[in-house]
Amino acid sequence: MMKWETVIGLEVHAQLNTRSKIFSGASTAFGAAPNTQACAVDIALPGVLPVLNREAVAKAIRFGLAIVGRINRRSIFARKNYFYPDLPKGYQISQYEMPIVQGGTIGIFVDGKEKTIRLTRAHLEEDAGKSLHEDFRGMSGIDLNRAGTPLLEIVSEPDMRSAAEAVAYAKALHALVRWIDICDGNMQEGSFRCDANVSVRPAGSDRLGTRCEIKNLNSFRFLERAIEYEAKRQIVVLEEGGTIVQETRLYDSDKDETRSMRTKEEAHDYRYFPDPDLLPLVVNPDMLERIRSEMPELPEQKRNRYLGYGLTANEADGLTQSREMAEFYEGLVQALGGGYKLAASWLLGEFTAALNRAGIDVSESPVGSERAAGLLRRVADNTISRRSAGEVFDAMWNGKMEADAIIENRGLKQISDSGELERICDEIIGANPKQVADYRAGKEKAFNSLVGQVMKATRGKANPQQVNEILRRRLAQ
Amino acid sequence: MHDLTLTQLSAEIAAKRASSVEVVTHFIKRINALNRKYNAYITVDEERSLAQARAADARIAAGAAAPLTGVPIAHKDIFCARGWRTTCGSKMLADFVAPYDAHVIERFNAAGAVIVGKTNMDEFAMGSSSETSHFGPVRNPWNLETVPGGSSGGSAAAVAARLAPAATGTDTGGSIRQPAALAGVSGIKPTYGVVSRYGMIAFASSLDQGGAFARTAEDLALLMNAMAGFDARDSTSLEREPEEYARELGRPLAGLRVGLPAEFFAEGVAPDVARAVEGAVAKFKAMGCEPIEVHLPNMALSVPVYYVLAPAEASSNLARYDGVRYGYRAGGYNDLIDMYKKTRAEGFGAEVKRRILIGTYVLSHGYYDAYYIQAQKVRRLIARDFRDAFTKCDVIMGPTSPTTAFRLGEKAGDPVQMYLSDIFTIAVNLAGLPGMSIPCGFDAKGLPVGLQIIGNYFSEAQMLNVAHHYQQATDWHTRAPSGIDL
Repeated sequence: MMKWETVIGLEVHAQLNTRSKIFSGASTAFGAAPNTQACAVDIALPGVLPVLNREAVAKAIRFGLAIVGRINRRSIFARKNYFYPDLPKGYQISQYEMPIVQGGTIGIFVDGKEKTIRLTRAHLEEDAGKSLHEDFRGMSGIDLNRAGTPLLEIVSEPDMRSAAEAVAYAKALHALVRWIDICDGNMQEGSFRCDANVSVRPAGSDRLGTRCEIKNLNSFRFLERAIEYEAKRQIVVLEEGGTIVQETRLYDSDKDETRSMRTKEEAHDYRYFPDPDLLPLVVNPDMLERIRSEMPELPEQKRNRYLGYGLTANEADGLTQSREMAEFYEGLVQALGGGYKLAASWLLGEFTAALNRAGIDVSESPVGSERAAGLLRRVADNTISRRSAGEVFDAMWNGKMEADAIIENRGLKQISDSGELERICDEIIGANPKQVADYRAGKEKAFNSLVGQVMKATRGKANPQQVNEILRRRLAQ
Repeated sequence: MHDLTLTQLSAEIAAKRASSVEVVTHFIKRINALNRKYNAYITVDEERSLAQARAADARIAAGAAAPLTGVPIAHKDIFCARGWRTTCGSKMLADFVAPYDAHVIERFNAAGAVIVGKTNMDEFAMGSSSETSHFGPVRNPWNLETVPGGSSGGSAAAVAARLAPAATGTDTGGSIRQPAALAGVSGIKPTYGVVSRYGMIAFASSLDQGGAFARTAEDLALLMNAMAGFDARDSTSLEREPEEYARELGRPLAGLRVGLPAEFFAEGVAPDVARAVEGAVAKFKAMGCEPIEVHLPNMALSVPVYYVLAPAEASSNLARYDGVRYGYRAGGYNDLIDMYKKTRAEGFGAEVKRRILIGTYVLSHGYYDAYYIQAQKVRRLIARDFRDAFTKCDVIMGPTSPTTAFRLGEKAGDPVQMYLSDIFTIAVNLAGLPGMSIPCGFDAKGLPVGLQIIGNYFSEAQMLNVAHHYQQATDWHTRAPSGIDL
């Protein structure tokens, strides 16, 4: 049986998080009552004209710098002409032949292996409005609030070979656009939308197969499922002797399948031409330098720095999944004056678990890096055990008290008075002759039981290391 | 009162010898009486106009008058004016009331001028005769059986018939200069980018430019002072220091090099037109100007280039008239596509549809390079011709139109003949240069002839001075058609 290779390229529409629209002064805030955020320009009244939002340009440039692409000194806005009720002008303004960004790469990790995905281009364009087909007694409603929202369309080369790679790329891109603060990444609200170009070819072939473009992939899971379904579908067609028709397909998440929307023959002739209302966009060197100087440290750079702190690759990856997490980490170690390993393992352990339980982001954590440092400081200086730290953290999470006050209130301070600990250890040894004998006979398990009993007797407040040391010393006598 | 020029009228009002209300009432009375004859206006709104006039009188009483405070100005119905029906001569917008002011309207309002009405025009400014209007053809005051030119024919006719002392217009391929010539008034189209296009309903964005009609060059300078200026809402608006457009009026012309393109004086120009234009050139020579022969070798290509580029842009600019949000929507449709088709089939007239079809075709896949790209290349050659010519001369002169006013319906069935009536004006738009037309005589039938003056970029003040000198030495511009009395 023939082996097939799947080839995938992604087109991602990232909504730029500017305050106003790309060609008008109307607000871009999500969720307003229909048509309340559509000004004269957005609804395309006779006589209105577009004016480019410089902030959208700056964000596109940030992206170009982050992926080390080429920022074109001169780029052109074109009109993409087609009729649709939610497209007020009858054309979409989009960069066509001359995009603002060309080239660049994004690194992904799949199964522990690193791979570089090349980008073709990233261009600025405006979003359309929304057609609402429910609730209007057989008619359609049009909401133009979204019309004119700035988008950056990010097009990759067909460099991915599996759904897993495509998802890894989409996630890396998603993390990056949020990292450099150009997009809020909210997939439910449509701020980050993926279309996938999928084709298959016999393994080893260097010719690309006929591709289908799958639209409407608004989650990473749908992206993965749709690509898997589509690749299988194409393989079945080819193995049955059929041919793939180049077409646009829609992913139906309810049925978990893709189906044809329109074939290439039915495709619009968009009649692109340069928009005469907008001059060519010129990026001057001063602007480029200003934006470059404002760029945050990127995930890759941070990751390398963290490896230098002695973190594992997994820890460094984990902490650089989002800029908020990395900033939390850096705030924490700064407040601690070190503690790189402790802070990393605690953030990726207890802290992340708490975020997940609450279903919130780092930025929404009720415990900030300063408060968290108050807690970890007490772990680092052995005032409390890591186990007690969990209890203190819970109390901090649910209240306003600081770590020290909670430790004091609840009497969680570790018993590090060695006289007191030695007395308790002696008691336990005296009360458990069998375990003592077993230990002395070489059964290590018996030792753990004794440690456990000491911890129980101290209600967890004993320093486990100290208990260990005392018990071993006493039992050796 | 209606025989006064804008400048004179403005002085009367400023000196409180006439109130704005009196002046505006006078013109509205004339419009009400005479408009059925000329069909120069689409909309008159006496209440609105008088409210502005009263405000102007209050401003004058308060001693805060500007040069245009209180004077009535007619506006081509292509400029959006808040609260005014703004139709662009189309059924598509027959009931559209603009919710905002165009930049030009804002500027006139700020100056205290009064909107006396909205003038008739070719539908969406597509035409050279003002016959394609949904509101019926405009008649030329000099001969009611002839056209006043277009597309700003209503504005030209209104000024010619003394139904307004001045009017705004737009010029995409000659739509100010050609009707100025055919109706015997003065008109100016500034350098592209000098007057904001914001609120001026788009026909062909890279060519459209607002301008004005009046009876004298001096009046046009006053209008330019109000209209010109940077507007951040139009990305093609040029940010420049404000100009006083009357600053050169009266400066001697001696030594001025007048370029005469051989292509403007070739065959195809009606003999009476050629004679009048040559007479004007002789007059300039007598004033000390130096005639210089120049060449615009790609002139002949300007009409075909224009009829690729302008329809291409128009086909896209007019896509917004789809019946969805405002304007005309057909009844009795079955589905969305049917609604689009019926709305656009019923809402647009034949000439607009013809240009949308041409534009759609030239932008289509497989034809784009051969038509649109090629036309853009030739456009650059045409601009280069002018640049070369202006190394040898200061202004260029020639006929505005190859003929005087033609009969109503004469060219309506022959689009190519109609398109050729703009053969001398189109190249100026393609190059983005400023141009004027001023009266320079009459043909044997008593129809006015226009002299076209083309200046280098931003030389409006100089052009106005050239026209002013001519008007000081001649009286063509003072002649009025008969039949304009109540």
